[in-house]
Order: sequence, then C-alpha cells, then structure tokens
Amino acid sequence: MKRSFNIVRCAAAGFGLLLLTGCFESPPMETVQRGYRGTGMEQVINPDLLAEKVAANLPPETQPVMPLPGPKSSELYKNVQVLGDTSAGELAGLMVAMTEWVSPEQGCNYCHVADMASDELYTKRVARTMISMTQNINQSWGKHVQPAGVTCYTCHRGNNIPEYVWAEDPGPKHAARITDPGQNTVSLTAAYSSLPYDPLTTFLQDDAEIRMASATALPTGNRQSIKQTEWTYSLMMHFSESLGVGCVHCHNSRAFASWSESPPTRVTAWHGIRMVRDINNSYISPINDDMPANRKGPLGDALKANCKTCHQGAYKPFYGAPQIENFPSLGYTHSAVVMPSEMESDESDSEPMNTSDEEDVTEASLTTENDSSRVMVAG
Amino acid sequence: MAEYQNIFTQVQVIPPEDPGVPIGRETANRTGVLGHSYWMGKLGDAQIGPIYLGFTGVLSLICGFIAFEIIGLNMWASVNWDPIEFVRQLPWLALEPPAPEYGLSIPPLADGGWWLMAGFFLTAAILLWWVRTYNRAVSLGMGTHMAWAFAGAIWLYLVLGFIRPVLMGSWSEAVPFGLFPHLDWTAAFSLRYGNLFYNPFHMLSIAFLYGSTLLFAMHGGTILAVSRYGGDREIDQIVDRGTASERAALFWRWTMGFNATMESIHRWAWWFAVLTVVTGGIGILLTGTVVDNWYLWAVKHGVAPAYPMVDPAPVTDPLMSGGSQ
Repeated sequence: MKRSFNIVRCAAAGFGLLLLTGCFESPPMETVQRGYRGTGMEQVINPDLLAEKVAANLPPETQPVMPLPGPKSSELYKNVQVLGDTSAGELAGLMVAMTEWVSPEQGCNYCHVADMASDELYTKRVARTMISMTQNINQSWGKHVQPAGVTCYTCHRGNNIPEYVWAEDPGPKHAARITDPGQNTVSLTAAYSSLPYDPLTTFLQDDAEIRMASATALPTGNRQSIKQTEWTYSLMMHFSESLGVGCVHCHNSRAFASWSESPPTRVTAWHGIRMVRDINNSYISPINDDMPANRKGPLGDALKANCKTCHQGAYKPFYGAPQIENFPSLGYTHSAVVMPSEMESDESDSEPMNTSDEEDVTEASLTTENDSSRVMVAG
Repeated sequence: MAEYQNIFTQVQVIPPEDPGVPIGRETANRTGVLGHSYWMGKLGDAQIGPIYLGFTGVLSLICGFIAFEIIGLNMWASVNWDPIEFVRQLPWLALEPPAPEYGLSIPPLADGGWWLMAGFFLTAAILLWWVRTYNRAVSLGMGTHMAWAFAGAIWLYLVLGFIRPVLMGSWSEAVPFGLFPHLDWTAAFSLRYGNLFYNPFHMLSIAFLYGSTLLFAMHGGTILAVSRYGGDREIDQIVDRGTASERAALFWRWTMGFNATMESIHRWAWWFAVLTVVTGGIGILLTGTVVDNWYLWAVKHGVAPAYPMVDPAPVTDPLMSGGSQ
C-alpha cells in the first residue's frame, strides 16, 4: 500500500518536473562577455533559438545594381525626382530590386500605371518618399547604420508593408469615468509587462526626456518621477524585444545611467533613437494624408517605424550583413533631400501627369549647396 | 507521541470543541467553534474558531472591504466592465496614484482620487487590525510581541504609501495597487534612484530578510529533528531543559561551535524579521529625500568599486560630445 503510494507520488513529481521544464528553454546556454569580468556583464544566448533567428534573418540575394555609364535617367525620363542621377540601366535594375523587395506579388503595377511617369497611385508617391528616406538614413545616420547600411529590404522583406510597424495606440476600452493612466494592461510593446503600452508615440515620435536618474548623489532638483521612469522602462523593453538582447547589450546594469561604464553599443542606440524620430517625423507623418485608411492605425496616423521594423529580433539587421554596398544609389541623397511637403506641392501643380521643368529648377538650385554632401556612405 | 502535531501527522484525533481559556467578560464577543477541518488539521489545529472580532475587528473588516472594492471596481472599470478581460488581465490591472502634477492636492476621483480613498481605507483597516492584535494579546495576558512586529511591517507600508510621498510633495511617488504594476513600480524606483542595491539600508534589509529565512530553516529543522525527544515542547524546554534541548544544542556546537538557546532563538528570529522591514523602511525614506542617486553615493563613499574598461575607446555621452542630431 505504502509502496504503491510512493510510486504514484514519484510519477506525479516526475510529470510535474516534465511540465515545468517544458516551460523553459532547454540548456545549454551560451554567454557572451560584454564587460569586465565579474561584473555580470553577460549576454545569455540560446544557440538553438539563435540559429532559428539567423535563418529567419538572412540577407536577400538580390542582383547588385551598380552605377552604369550613360545619360542620367532624369534626362531620359519624365518625373524622376529622387533617383535622377542614376543611368537608365541602373534605374531599371533598382526598379527590379525594389519590386523584389516590396511588391514581389503585385510587380510593377503596385506603384506604376501604364504611363510610368504618372504619380497617380499613392504607392508610387510613398515609394518616392521612402527612397528619399533610405538615402537620408544611409547618408545622415551613419553612426547608427554604418557600415552595413539599409535598403528597402531591411524593413520590407518582401512585404508591401513591413511586418513590424506601429501606430498610436488608443489603449484598451475602459469605462467612461476612468482616466486611462497609459499603463496597467497587457503591453504588447513592452514585453507583455504592465508598463506603459505606447512608449513609441512618446519617445519615437515625440522627443520626451528618456533620462531620469540624477547626475549627482544628493538631490539637486531632478524632479523626474517614478511614473516617467516607467515610460522609459517601457521603451527599453521595446529595444530589448526588438534586438533580441538583454539590458547589458547597451548598459552596465549596476549603473544604467553611466555612459563611461556602458558598452559602445549604447552610443549606436542613442543615434538610432534620433534616427527613428527623424524617419517618423520627416518622412512618414508628412505622407499621412496621402495614405488610404487601410494603411493607417486606429487613430488615423500612418504606420510608423520603430526598432523592430529593421532589427526584427536581431541585434543588427541581418546580423550585420552588408546591405547598401551593392545599391549605391540608395546610399546617398540625390541632389537635395526631397521632402514630402515639396513633393506634394509638385504633385498638386501637375496632376495627373507630371512634367519636370519646374522641378529641375528647384533641384538645380538646391544641388549646388548640397553637392558636397553627395558622399557615398556604403562600404 | 512521535507522530504528534507536525505537518506529517498521520493520525487525527477529533476532540470535543474547545472554546479556549476564559478571560472574563469579553468571552461574549467570541463566535462559537465553527467545526473541524481534516485538511486544516494537516497543516495545524483541526479546530476552526472561535473567532473574536469585537469593535476594531468589525470596523477593520469593513474598511478593508471598502478598500478592496474600490481597488477591484477600478480595475474592472479599466477593462470596460468586461468580466472575461477582468479575469484574464487581473495581474496587470491596477489602481494608479495621482499624476505628478497634482502634488499633494486631492485630485478628481478618476485621476487618482479613488487611489487616495482606497489608501485611506486600507490604512484604516490595517491600523484597526493592529489595535485588535494588541488588545487581544493583552486580554490573553500575553506579551505584545506580535503587535510590535506587525507595527514594523506597517512602518514600511506607511513609508512607501504615505510618509515618503508627503516628504516628496507628491502622491505620485506612492505605489500603485496592482500585482504586476507594483513590481514595475519597484523596478522603476530603483532605476530612478540609481540602483537601490547601493542603498546601505536596502543591503541591511536584504541581509535580515535572507537571515530570517535561514534562521527559520535552522530553527524549524532543529525542532523537527528533536521532536522525537519532546523537542516540539519548546516552551517547556526553555525552563526545563531536557534531552531534546541538550541534543539540539550539542548539534550546533559540534557543527558551528555556538548554539542559540530555546529562548534566544525566538528573539533572534523576531528581531531579524522586524529589522527587515524597519531597515527597509529607513532605506525607502532616505531615497529621493536625502539621496538621489545611490550608485553615485556609493562611489562617493568608496562602496562601489571601479572596474577597468574593456573597450579601448572610452564611451562618452553623445549629448556631451556634441553628437546632437
């Protein structure tokens, strides 16, 4: 009797153990040292999961598109605004590459109508802004994206809309007489915590203060609150989730605020935050009105970029594989950066079909002052 | 006797109901014995009751119920009265203290007024329960050790939710009522004030907390080990030291050269438990009011050691090195 009871008990314990281990990642783990020995600066990596992630983040096998001799496409074609410096052959190559990256199913017709120069489709107008954005990222934000650089594929990966985008989060439905504190619900952005659920609007569109710790041991007037700290914490959870890393990828966890004790990756991330703000405010928000409703979030704002849009779980997109070196025309800003606002005005002047006479004048005048900035950052 | 009254007891005796010792006129406030529970008998005494509530007990339960309802209904309202979401998200839900802009003023109910009210009733319930704990001990002719240990915990609770927020001039500094949210608050508190692990009172509190668990295990283990010699009659053994006590004492002298006594071990345990919350409360009270960054404080006073940098190029704040984009 007693023996059979013990057998039952052992079986139950074994089953429980089995259930428990099913909830965790199976060992062995690997650790990567990120700081001085003994300080716990270790990134824990599960080799099995990493192998899966690497396989899911392979660089594209797109045919390289290098500069070719020949007349500029802006001289050959109408309405080539941001890729006008390319030759006809290079432009054609880029168009093929972009189709592969962004609209492999719909093909050219995703953006173009029969008259290739027409800006009739919003997708064409958006694509122009996005090319301009890509050029600007590679040129102005080298501190974040060098040396790999970015192409359309870094975010799109064969999708019309990149898989990981965001819009302002209206939050959960709550009773009328309750003020939503912006947190205390399942936050998908902040790693399923109860931290603020929309840190992205606050920090990656608006530029709210991220830092909260004091630079002095004793109080000297820093009134950053614990609640504000929770917002910062939420943003950091988004980083962690997007890059598939823990805190020590960028911070020494004994002194999160201390720059001198941080790994250099923190500086890269600092520039990344500013880069994403630039992307959202200078390129995506301005094209908001041009977007159809199904390309907008629940509050009517265009779908925007965050860290995960490019990183997709990898600490570097495609684990650092070079992106831009084979597509130099995406690596520098053609002439001046054509801001979406300017393009809209061009378009309203000359709809439905566009001629480039007026544009050429503006472009030429801007080109002179920006010529020196036409530096390729790829390589 | 070898199997008498420990959690592995195999045999349960159901005795006649025992109303407890008479203490005079207050006996009238006791409920009757509510019965016997086999499963409670597995853990302790099988008899449930009598319960003594009295004035403070009833009032405490009413206040506690009001606080519980305010918190629970606010949580439910925050998921638009959806019962399924309420259950599903319960660990995430919270009643949040007012925003910083309200300072110490009384905000509208929806903006933290409910939090203040819940805090008031919860505090009233806890303090009334403390009075009851004290009075019941006195009525039984006991010492008031329980009440003072409970007061230690109340000290920490009041520092977190009332004293420190008042000193900081803002209710927003207080802890939200919620399962995960109060844990997030704890982590954010440490991040805001430069790593609480460098707070020496936090260090003491941790030492006492872990020390408490160690003492609990050592004492529990010792008494269970000598219960076959009557060691579970600890109180008898204080005044009438028997072979159980002698063996337990010799065990510790053999293993670590020193033993607590049957009486002193309970003082050790009481003080470790009480000091956990007393030192913890001091540590919280000093944070933000006296010290704003515990890591820098520890560097200043030689507590935090410096380590060599691994990367050859020093990392500098991009804001300071002109990297403004």
